[in-house]
Amino acid sequence: MLSKIRQTVEDRGNQHVGLLAEFSDPGALVEAVEGLREKGYTRLDTFSPFPIHGMDRAMGLGVSKLGFMVFGGAVIGGLLGVFLQWWTSAGPQPNWWPTELNQFLGYPVNISNKPLFAWESSVPVIFELTILFSALTAVGGMLALNGLPRPYNPLFNSDRFGRATDDAFFVHVSSRDTAFDRATTAADLRGLGATGVEYVDHDGATLVGDDAEAGTAVSTRADAPVAPHHTTGDI
Amino acid sequence: MATVTSKSAYDRLGGDGAPAYPDGTPMTLEDAPLVRGNLSFHDVTEMVAYHTEKKTPFGWYLAFGGALTLLGILGLSVAYLVWNGPGVWGLNNPVFWGWAIVNFVWWVGIGHAGTLISAVLFLFRQRWRTSINRAAEAMTLFAVACALLFPTFHIGRVWVVYYMLPLPNQMAMWPQFKSPLLWDVFAVSIYGTVSLLFWYVGLIPDLATIRDRAVRAGRMLRAKILGFFALGWTGSNRHWRHYERAYLILAGLATPLVLSVHSVVSFDFAVSLIPGWHTTIFPPYFVAGAIFSGFAMVQTLLLVARKVYHLENLITLDHIEKMNIIILVTGTVVGFAYITEFFIAWYSGVEYEQYAFANRAFGPYWWAYWIMMSCNLIFPQLFWKKSFRRTIWLSMAISITTNIGMWFERFVITVTSLHRDFLPSSWDYYSATVWDLGLYIGSFGLFFTLFLLFLRFVPMVAIAEVKGVMPQADPHFYHGHGDGHAMPHELAAYQHDANVQTAAPAASDTDHDGIPDDPDADDSNA
Repeated sequence: MLSKIRQTVEDRGNQHVGLLAEFSDPGALVEAVEGLREKGYTRLDTFSPFPIHGMDRAMGLGVSKLGFMVFGGAVIGGLLGVFLQWWTSAGPQPNWWPTELNQFLGYPVNISNKPLFAWESSVPVIFELTILFSALTAVGGMLALNGLPRPYNPLFNSDRFGRATDDAFFVHVSSRDTAFDRATTAADLRGLGATGVEYVDHDGATLVGDDAEAGTAVSTRADAPVAPHHTTGDI
Repeated sequence: MATVTSKSAYDRLGGDGAPAYPDGTPMTLEDAPLVRGNLSFHDVTEMVAYHTEKKTPFGWYLAFGGALTLLGILGLSVAYLVWNGPGVWGLNNPVFWGWAIVNFVWWVGIGHAGTLISAVLFLFRQRWRTSINRAAEAMTLFAVACALLFPTFHIGRVWVVYYMLPLPNQMAMWPQFKSPLLWDVFAVSIYGTVSLLFWYVGLIPDLATIRDRAVRAGRMLRAKILGFFALGWTGSNRHWRHYERAYLILAGLATPLVLSVHSVVSFDFAVSLIPGWHTTIFPPYFVAGAIFSGFAMVQTLLLVARKVYHLENLITLDHIEKMNIIILVTGTVVGFAYITEFFIAWYSGVEYEQYAFANRAFGPYWWAYWIMMSCNLIFPQLFWKKSFRRTIWLSMAISITTNIGMWFERFVITVTSLHRDFLPSSWDYYSATVWDLGLYIGSFGLFFTLFLLFLRFVPMVAIAEVKGVMPQADPHFYHGHGDGHAMPHELAAYQHDANVQTAAPAASDTDHDGIPDDPDADDSNA
């Protein structure tokens, strides 16, 4: 059991070991992904400062399953709203209700001989709790599906990668892809118009292929100081 | 795409002008570009992130000092109130609800604009919301915090405020779920929570942006703090997929929530039997008023912020105009509701109802009623004229009179309905004391303290979202990329411009769409 968990964590930690290629713009990024998929790569990811229209289709990703999770959260929230109000006001018990549990019910307070529990007056609180639980599930589910928070990521070893949240566009091919080969994949990426290809793993990021031989500067911004950062952790 | 440096982007305040078509005619509001000044993605990052990174300017300390002074007044007013009890307020026998509920409803109403802009405009695909939604959501959170002050301290014994929550206790006592006041506890606190979640989810990519900038600048402590809150966001498309879905779902949830919250607030009044309160028009009328005052507050804050922080190219005059249109529409809806109330009071034939309304307009509080009428119904009518909608000082003036008017609306509803109830022997005149005033002014201290901290430490414009609505964010914008999608008109125009700049040969127009064909593009949509 423990080893299985360790394996899962390790897999997740290693999913971003591989080749990282920069592209000039969102259009080139979409074309690159389409080209790579034609060549048979599957373990791809792209990184961009904003979501790119049509990228999910280019990457062959379906619609997120988050909606189903949120529906579950909504049902739980709504039922909790009903139960809370019925239970605290000791509303009428259904036939199947075990009478031994009555001692745990709230105290029935008779106000103007109104019913102890009424659906009409319960609607606002049921509604609000439905929304609350749905929203918590939406955020929690999004983070869970994305595997966040994730403070360490080998991609942070690349100096250029910091611009993925500013104005740079990257394609990543995982080394665990069955079609992955460091030299040929790098050549494929360059053939699709990559402006710089790096191999990124837990030890750091190194330029690959022509870039490294020619010593071509990859497109780091001239005005930005490159500071040492993000220790390479042992995973 | 011509690149501009960040410096020239700051200098060129294209956002204050009116965009025009190539032939010189002014653009319609639908066609006008959302981001002006020919900015690149990096320029947008720079323009917004810079204000969280720079050395704190003296002016900020000055403003913050002012806000802290008001916050001190709040502390003093709260301390005096808790020590002596709500008797220090001007409440009297028929008027048990005074400024406290007026201020509560006023602040909650202001707090509606943020979620409205984020959620409702998102669902309606109003892409111009991206420039203003971050600040509006922050304003929502702070306004809700101010609103919660008033009922919290109005209960008198604030140390047992937890009685309002369904917590097991030794008295086996539970909240009264049939009371609208308890619905309010749930509605407002859940609204605050969901707004916070929505705001934070929207912030994650921008926090990652300023985290990565802090790393580049070598500011490692800052990078670590931001890294904690950015949750390790990388901008992965596999993450964006779930993120966008979560954002859509949150918008879908927040839309009915925002409508329900002010409806529930209006139930505090409408479910009672007081003439002037017991009407079915209250929920929609309160919601319209909330949107009205909320947009006015967003307008007030952003007119200042865009000037101070040089964001004219992101928050353009077109944005101001659109907000003014919403202020005009909701102000007119609210004014229509005032007139409807009067008509129904007359038409009902109920003597008490008729008296309550005649007393509002012509009784001892006539001045409050006419301030409300002129600020909410009459002044916004100026915005029928386009040039007025695009005049900064007038927008500022009307946004302020709107919030004055909306405060008086709540005053009129609360006080004039209570001060003369069914029995003339119990009639009385209500006026506030200095401690009412102190708490109200102090709540501005809380609001502005939080808002100034927000402006200083958090990107005040949603960077990732603004980039997403720029024309060059669309993959179809780029030369030669075509996958059979029809190209939106404005994108085609942009691309045409870009191609002309790169010396395209004589253009032909085989598909007769008014846009010359792109000689290199895949012509599958012709």
